[in-house]
Amino acid sequence: MLIGVPYLWLVILFLIPFLIVLKVSFSEPTVSIPPYSPRLDISDGMSALWQQIRQFSIENYVFLIEEPLFYRSYLSSFTIAAIATFITLLIGYPLAYAMARAPRSWRAILLMLVILPFWTSFLIRVYAWIGILKKEGLLNQVLLAIGVISEPLTILNTNAAVYIGIVYSYLPFLVLPLYASLERMDDSLLEAAADLGCTPMKAFWTITLPISIPGIVAGCFLVFIPAVGEFVIPDLLGGSETLMIGRTLWVEFFNNRDWPVASAVAVVLLLVLVVPIALFQNAQARAEEKAS
Amino acid sequence: MKRTSWFNITSLVLGFSFLYLPILLLVIFSFNESRLVTVWGGFSTKWYSEMWQNQGLIDAAWVTLRVGLLSATIATVLGTMAALALSRHKRFAGRTLFSGMIYAPLVMPEVITGLSLLLLFVAIDFARGFWAVTLAHITFSMCFVAVVVQSRLVTFDRSLEEAASDLGCPPAKTFFVITLPVIAPAIIAGWMLAFTLSLDDLVIASFTSGPGATTLPMKIYSQVRLGVTPEINAVCTILLGLVTSGVLIASYLMRKEQQRSQFKSAAAP
Repeated sequence: MLIGVPYLWLVILFLIPFLIVLKVSFSEPTVSIPPYSPRLDISDGMSALWQQIRQFSIENYVFLIEEPLFYRSYLSSFTIAAIATFITLLIGYPLAYAMARAPRSWRAILLMLVILPFWTSFLIRVYAWIGILKKEGLLNQVLLAIGVISEPLTILNTNAAVYIGIVYSYLPFLVLPLYASLERMDDSLLEAAADLGCTPMKAFWTITLPISIPGIVAGCFLVFIPAVGEFVIPDLLGGSETLMIGRTLWVEFFNNRDWPVASAVAVVLLLVLVVPIALFQNAQARAEEKAS
Repeated sequence: MKRTSWFNITSLVLGFSFLYLPILLLVIFSFNESRLVTVWGGFSTKWYSEMWQNQGLIDAAWVTLRVGLLSATIATVLGTMAALALSRHKRFAGRTLFSGMIYAPLVMPEVITGLSLLLLFVAIDFARGFWAVTLAHITFSMCFVAVVVQSRLVTFDRSLEEAASDLGCPPAKTFFVITLPVIAPAIIAGWMLAFTLSLDDLVIASFTSGPGATTLPMKIYSQVRLGVTPEINAVCTILLGLVTSGVLIASYLMRKEQQRSQFKSAAAP
């Protein structure tokens, strides 16, 4: 019972749906309801269903290779996610470091302050940036008022806005594991280094940074993996030149109503994401082994 | 002794300003008199009263609330069962597949989860709408609950249960009297996580929803695409207030509970 119910649930609502995606990715798009052929319908009976499963075409995958939109979307998703992860690290590291160095009595509150935005709506946090970044938005008003710029900057609907959105939304995911690894660090190491005449800067590069590497790796993957498949951020903050695969899939499905191609996009996305996910799990397993 | 250097203070101030300023500005501008969201025209609560007139918004809020309560509750039951199964039974047929199915949705892009569930509902002729969204939300949030509860079960001392059963306590009673109270904080945290995930989800709901089952994020999204309005700021402010106070109250209660149990164990001889 304990195993059976959740097991069955996940097989029906997670595994089988994914197999259907795989199957539909080998179908042909048609103008019908549902818009693919052969249709997959259990009401046709088992033998008909078997017939439907047996015929397949690889045309959608050929289309994915031939049409530059798709490989450019995959490539640009990975590039955008990688750049955004790097910026998140640059902002998140000093924050996590300062939190771990803060007086003990502050730390619980600081930790709470990092976790709190994680609970509040993703959509709302992305939406908040539209009012700030748009042409007549708050950022331009402030920059114009203090005379840094003379013309309002175009930030909204560019890749820059997408970077800001990803960094902002996923910052807690990076800060939390990083904070955990920095907080565990033994302070006497730094004191010993200082006693032996090591400058604080050198102590940071030779002691603190190497110790925090597991936290950096975990945090970066936690930002990078979800950022690759992101839809809301590129859709609301990005422009027409922002190509991200989550959005391309959405457009294929909802606007072009090409379900088979959308399914093929999903299958390939999952295949390319398996690599970073496997690397992440490998790193986690090694970190756990080291800790125990 | 740790020194709080200027560099660290600057990092904290800048970091937390970055995290909180956008949300703060959104809240401030929900009280703006002017329809122009980014130009301050004086204090007003008119957008809040206007919001209550918007029937579409109220309906969407109801759908979201019902989906959230229902899916979070069922997901908590299923997720707790899955967590117990994984931590109690180290070997059973298909355990690798099972744990894979628990962890995969955590890293699966939402667009893929949404698409796959939609294709399932189409294949079995299941009407898209309220129930489809609820089923979808149960499926992905039960995995989050399972992970949260499992992390608590790792530290759980099985000898307590063994002692109870040695003393002749039936398994069901052991579960409710011994196991459940110990893992209760994790279950509550899991429920809250499942509820906020459901409250927050736009992508999966967009795939699985149908006519008459528009959720609040879908409504907000469709209005945001038309532009920023103070009315949406007002809706967002209320949502932020509800979630924030929920999280703060829950963490306060949990800390009190923790202190109490620490006190109890310290007092015990």
